[in-house]
Amino acid sequence: MEPILQIKDLHVSFQVKGGEVKAVRGMNFEVGKGETVAIVGESGSGKSVTAQTIMRLIPSPPSLIKQGEILFQGQDLLKKNNKQMEAIRGKDIGMIFQDPMTSLNPTIKVGKQITEVLIKHQKLSAGEAKNRAIEMLKMVGIKNAEARFNQYPHEFSGGMRQRVMIAIALACRPSLLIADEPTTALDVTIQAQIMDVMKEMQQRLGTSIILITHDLGVVAGMCDRVIVMYAGEVVETGTKWEIFKNPQHPYTKGLLRSMPRLDQKKGEPLIPIIGTPPDLIKPPLGCPFAARCDQAMKICERIDPGATVFSDTHMARCWDLHPMAKEGQSS
Amino acid sequence: MARYIANKLFYTLISLFILISATFFLMKAIPGDPFMSEKKVPPAIQERLYEQYGLNKPVYEQYFKYLGDIAQGDFGISMKKINQNVTDIIKDTFGASLKLGLVSIVVSVIVGVALGLLAALYHRKLIDNVAMVLAVLGIAVPSFVVASLLQFVFSSKLHWFPTMGFKGPMYYFLPVAALSAQPIAFIARLTRSSMLEVLHADYIKTAKAKGLRWYAILFRHVIRNGILPVVTYLGPMTANIVTGSVVIEQIFGIGGIGKQFVQAITVRDYPVIMGITIFYGALLMIARLVTDIAYGFVDPRIKLTGGKGD
Repeated sequence: MEPILQIKDLHVSFQVKGGEVKAVRGMNFEVGKGETVAIVGESGSGKSVTAQTIMRLIPSPPSLIKQGEILFQGQDLLKKNNKQMEAIRGKDIGMIFQDPMTSLNPTIKVGKQITEVLIKHQKLSAGEAKNRAIEMLKMVGIKNAEARFNQYPHEFSGGMRQRVMIAIALACRPSLLIADEPTTALDVTIQAQIMDVMKEMQQRLGTSIILITHDLGVVAGMCDRVIVMYAGEVVETGTKWEIFKNPQHPYTKGLLRSMPRLDQKKGEPLIPIIGTPPDLIKPPLGCPFAARCDQAMKICERIDPGATVFSDTHMARCWDLHPMAKEGQSS
Repeated sequence: MARYIANKLFYTLISLFILISATFFLMKAIPGDPFMSEKKVPPAIQERLYEQYGLNKPVYEQYFKYLGDIAQGDFGISMKKINQNVTDIIKDTFGASLKLGLVSIVVSVIVGVALGLLAALYHRKLIDNVAMVLAVLGIAVPSFVVASLLQFVFSSKLHWFPTMGFKGPMYYFLPVAALSAQPIAFIARLTRSSMLEVLHADYIKTAKAKGLRWYAILFRHVIRNGILPVVTYLGPMTANIVTGSVVIEQIFGIGGIGKQFVQAITVRDYPVIMGITIFYGALLMIARLVTDIAYGFVDPRIKLTGGKGD
């Protein structure tokens, strides 16, 4: 598959009092055309920072992009100036955010918030933009779109607002949509509806999606590939089936164990991952998960594990998966 | 909306009635009367004067007579200025005060919002610190001190502006500056904190993610939301400027309504005191009503209804 986005060895830090928080430490991944890639991981693992760095939405300072490349359709986004980035945001890359209640401007009519992006990027007249906006509202499943066009955000429910956000993000038919925890702030039935809208829009427009979430249920329903992040690093990647059926990294296994299953016996407890992630001002030399891992060996704390490849799509970084570790166990 | 306004007007009338009553009795409670000062007047003439102006009757009778008169739109004639109708005094002097007040309101809003916005955009930088130190000074120093300082520096020493009077554009600068100092400081602080909040709002991130230019984000998304609290301050600010102008007009010798008010009080010119008090009261209440209505326009989340609780 031809990648439309390639991230190579991305490092992002934040300048804070008392040092530098190394939020993203060497991210590598690709997103193919029309593909949906999930980035999962707990709070503070660097998911959102990665997403917002692709859009270059985090002001610098305090953020510092230390090194790496973000190749979008072959061009490095990190080399673009502000004006060039403005031409890409909203047009080639759309983004939706976690909290639909606060992501729309409360004093501007919903319709105008959609036409704004069309007028900016597609140079449509106000009338054409209005028609397109109403068409988008219908597409994301908002009934009575003509009347809704002239309403303010406070007249919409949370789920409806998130639909509007999707309409804004996809109005210019971008080739990539970044959804930063789009369902976290919604209740479960509405979550399913929003995921359906995103899937349907993807089929119609052929958009690639980066879905950032910590809800593995959402991942199972929607994604082709999964990237598991921990403490600013990718610890495992694979197709959805490889991750769910055959997880390799202890952290991925832990995540899956901590999620309730339908076939779970009554009274069987969920198993949490004990402990907290490391302090990223002084990230550990070795595997960042070592302190919480029950299979940790001496080497884990000292040397960062390399990638162990299981298939073209499946990779994990753990010393226990190293070919020599298996030799040690069998002998 | 119409019901809301009708409702508010009704309460405005009640407030005015309370204001009139309180002022009337308080004013009568001050020792002395319009004809007691200066030269000794023979008792017979004193009697005639009292009778002429109805001051020999009991206070409650005077009160009811006054209420009856103003209900018919008659605010009486001045007891000190011969043959001058109170309505005419207000008409003649309000022009100067209105010009001074309006210019001060416009200057306060523009300068205050601009300072607050700059402070927010350059948060924790030099501009922010300078603006906030000025704002603290502006709030802390009373307007009559500012007025005297301005007169001393810019009139007496530098001779840039005239000290007294109100005869042309140059005469505006110092009184407007003195009158606006406090509102500017207040608006600047209000704007700064509200703009800082808006700048970190999620919808600003959405606007950035749309690829809008910075000025489109600033003017369309930031300022509109950031000035909402300033709109609520417009009512109190009008009060501030109106009451401030009483002192400022006196200091700069501007023949406005404020100066009339101070003079009327010193000589106990009862009808003029009452007339101007009612006028100020009505003005402030209308300013508040206008603020409420304006707020409904700038913030779509606020609906004005005539029910209870508004």
